[in-house]
Amino acid sequence: MISILDGFGEAFRLLLSFDADLVEIVLLSLRVSLTAVVFSALIGLPLGALLAVIKFPGRQVLVVLINAFMGLPPVVVGLIVYLLLSRSGPFGVFGLLFSPTAMIIAQTMLITPIVASLTRQAISDLWVEYRDLLHSFDATPWQIMKTLLWEGRLSMMTGILAGFGRAIAEVGAVMIVGGNIDHATRVLTTAIALETSKGDLGLALGLGIVLVGIAVVINILTLSVGHAIGRQSAQGQLL
Amino acid sequence: MSKILPLSLSGISVKAGGNHLLRDININFDKGPLTLIIGPNGAGKSLLLRLCHGLIKPNKGTLTWQGSEAAFAARHQALVFQKPVLLRRSVRENIAYPLRITGMFSTAEITDRIAEALDLSGLAAIADRPAKVLSGGEQQKLALARARAIRPEVLFLDEPTANLDPRSLGQVEALIRETHEAGTKIIMTSHDMSQVKRLADEIIFLYDGHILEAGPAAQILNKPASKEASAFVKGDLLP
Repeated sequence: MISILDGFGEAFRLLLSFDADLVEIVLLSLRVSLTAVVFSALIGLPLGALLAVIKFPGRQVLVVLINAFMGLPPVVVGLIVYLLLSRSGPFGVFGLLFSPTAMIIAQTMLITPIVASLTRQAISDLWVEYRDLLHSFDATPWQIMKTLLWEGRLSMMTGILAGFGRAIAEVGAVMIVGGNIDHATRVLTTAIALETSKGDLGLALGLGIVLVGIAVVINILTLSVGHAIGRQSAQGQLL
Repeated sequence: MSKILPLSLSGISVKAGGNHLLRDININFDKGPLTLIIGPNGAGKSLLLRLCHGLIKPNKGTLTWQGSEAAFAARHQALVFQKPVLLRRSVRENIAYPLRITGMFSTAEITDRIAEALDLSGLAAIADRPAKVLSGGEQQKLALARARAIRPEVLFLDEPTANLDPRSLGQVEALIRETHEAGTKIIMTSHDMSQVKRLADEIIFLYDGHILEAGPAAQILNKPASKEASAFVKGDLLP
């Protein structure tokens, strides 16, 4: 029986040996998930701010839907993207299925509701605090959104981190739309699933520990950047 | 030459939940005297200021600047709230913010105005400190300095010295007086009679959402016509 300690041993061995396959898998995992995070931030941050600030018919319905989509099962998202990108689907002509791009699309769909929903909540609280002040300054809707996003930057970062955590850890969607093809679409989570099914639990556990390590490092780096931005902006260097 | 005054309110009523919060308000504000709106809690003082500043709309009546209902006056007036609302930025950046979003000033002009505001408010030594960590008195001075930097023709102050210690109160009052002497029309609310006596040139006594008396400070303070104003000025309990 493989123990946790064996797993740590395997993880260290993989890391210290700079295993070329592992490096490739790690880099692809980061590329896919970080790109998905960037796209979901570009969509989710303004969408969340818009939902918090602008009143329009159907806003509540949209809020309920986005909140509900926070818990979307990855396999369902994977299936939808699969249907959209498959040869008979509306975007089949682009030939994206079983490519990193398909994985990025699936992860973006998966985490955008998380980023948008957490942003909406944070911006709603700030809007209560700053509504009268910003109206008093005769700020335009665009200036209001920009200001609130900036004032809530640390909360936004939490939302983005939550999105990244969800993206890097999910396996269902990337397995369906990526296909876990060696040297093409294999990422850490699909590699773990594969090694487990092959019975190589030591390697699977080692990869799992590497995955957790990456998530921890990314969190530390992001929080450090956040604190640096906080200090810098308090001193009046930004916006 | 005034850009926006006089401000005229005619037949103004504001209702919420079937209750009249302000009723039949008729008053003119013109350049010159420092105006104090006084009255007990719940009389509608803050509401009247917010209405004049354009943050709320009346249910009935008209509000005009120089005889026009156009929103042209927005950038020539400012409001300082009872509880200072400050952005999560440095003192300097808080002053810069409203100047930047107007898009009307060059970088050099903004820098000059910030320096002047910091100097006048005595905040130059802490210009790079985060605004949120300042004391209550410093925060109120900053809110006042920020409003003043816009060089508004009309400055609304909503109980700007509430909850301040005597030293901070003196400093904020000096800043108010200095702003008034520089030519800005001050319209402020207060229920502190000693402050009213120190600052007021003219007084509006608001009671239960209605203007009971308005006139020169000496007249209202020495010979109030209504029993409510008389009791309030003397510091007696009101029904």
